[in-house]
Amino acid sequence: MMFFSVIAVNLILLLWSPSLVEVSVTKSLSFLKEVLLILPPVMVLMGLLDVWVPRQMVEAHLGYDAGLRGAGFAILLGTAAAGPLYAAFPIAVSLMNKGARVANVVIFLGTWAAIKIPMIIIESSFIGLRFALLRLMFTVPCVLAAGYLIEAILPVDEVLVSAEQV
Amino acid sequence: MLPIIFWSVASLALLVSWWRDPDRTVKAIQVCGRSLKGLVPGVLGMIALVGLVLALVPQEALAKLFTAKGVIGFATISLVGSIFTMPAPIAFPLAGSLLRAGAAPAVLATFITTLTMVGIVSAPMEISYFGLRFTLLRQTLSFIAAIVIGLLMGVFL
Repeated sequence: MMFFSVIAVNLILLLWSPSLVEVSVTKSLSFLKEVLLILPPVMVLMGLLDVWVPRQMVEAHLGYDAGLRGAGFAILLGTAAAGPLYAAFPIAVSLMNKGARVANVVIFLGTWAAIKIPMIIIESSFIGLRFALLRLMFTVPCVLAAGYLIEAILPVDEVLVSAEQV
Repeated sequence: MLPIIFWSVASLALLVSWWRDPDRTVKAIQVCGRSLKGLVPGVLGMIALVGLVLALVPQEALAKLFTAKGVIGFATISLVGSIFTMPAPIAFPLAGSLLRAGAAPAVLATFITTLTMVGIVSAPMEISYFGLRFTLLRQTLSFIAAIVIGLLMGVFL
């Protein structure tokens, strides 16, 4: 959708300033090359992680009894998954229905969104290794804090009722 | 150099996985294919848009928006990042091209965090799964976290 809109804008611009379109296309192509060299192998790794990390076993380790280990597990689970954040919502709901605590579900969602171990490779190649590691170091405590805060504020029943309505 | 490492590690992992369990490996490739297919429209749109924006917006203006030291610049970037939700594989190349255009790393950290964790666009879907209060709380806390992460990165980078 966005792609075709941009192509349309480029075509209109072609009438007005062909040199500008030339710059636009050149920049896009060099960016495309960069993405194509890196994206496919990382997606293969994410697919492998997705298949080899057993879900059933993991779900038993996210409840109240798991304690801090549960939070660690939530981080591992979120970081190993493939896909955009909205793909995590159904999995998070099923985790919660199977007894995962709210804090761990929020931690799982936060990790899924912002921290991905295979992505550290991408992040450090596009931005820098120091940047990627520092961001990881600061993001983990923030995600943990958000998880426990939401659990403290929201009654578990309320979240569960919303989740069960789906 | 780096792409060579990625391709070798991925090929090796795929071979090991195939040797252990071919069926599971086929499933992994299907997961990978689905994720890639899902990413294609976003990636293509992003690539086209990055080229157009880089051509249209003078480098100095772009750098100014993302290098703005003040609270207003910081707030603008956080808000821009909060509107859309992007998967990390698209967010990183975008952030990388902004870095080369002169953006400050601390601002990019906030931008990446809001881009991946806060999404006004995906909020309706989150509300339907978890309810309004959960969604509001999670997105607000993630937004605050993004600001905190950006400020900390500013101190250390």
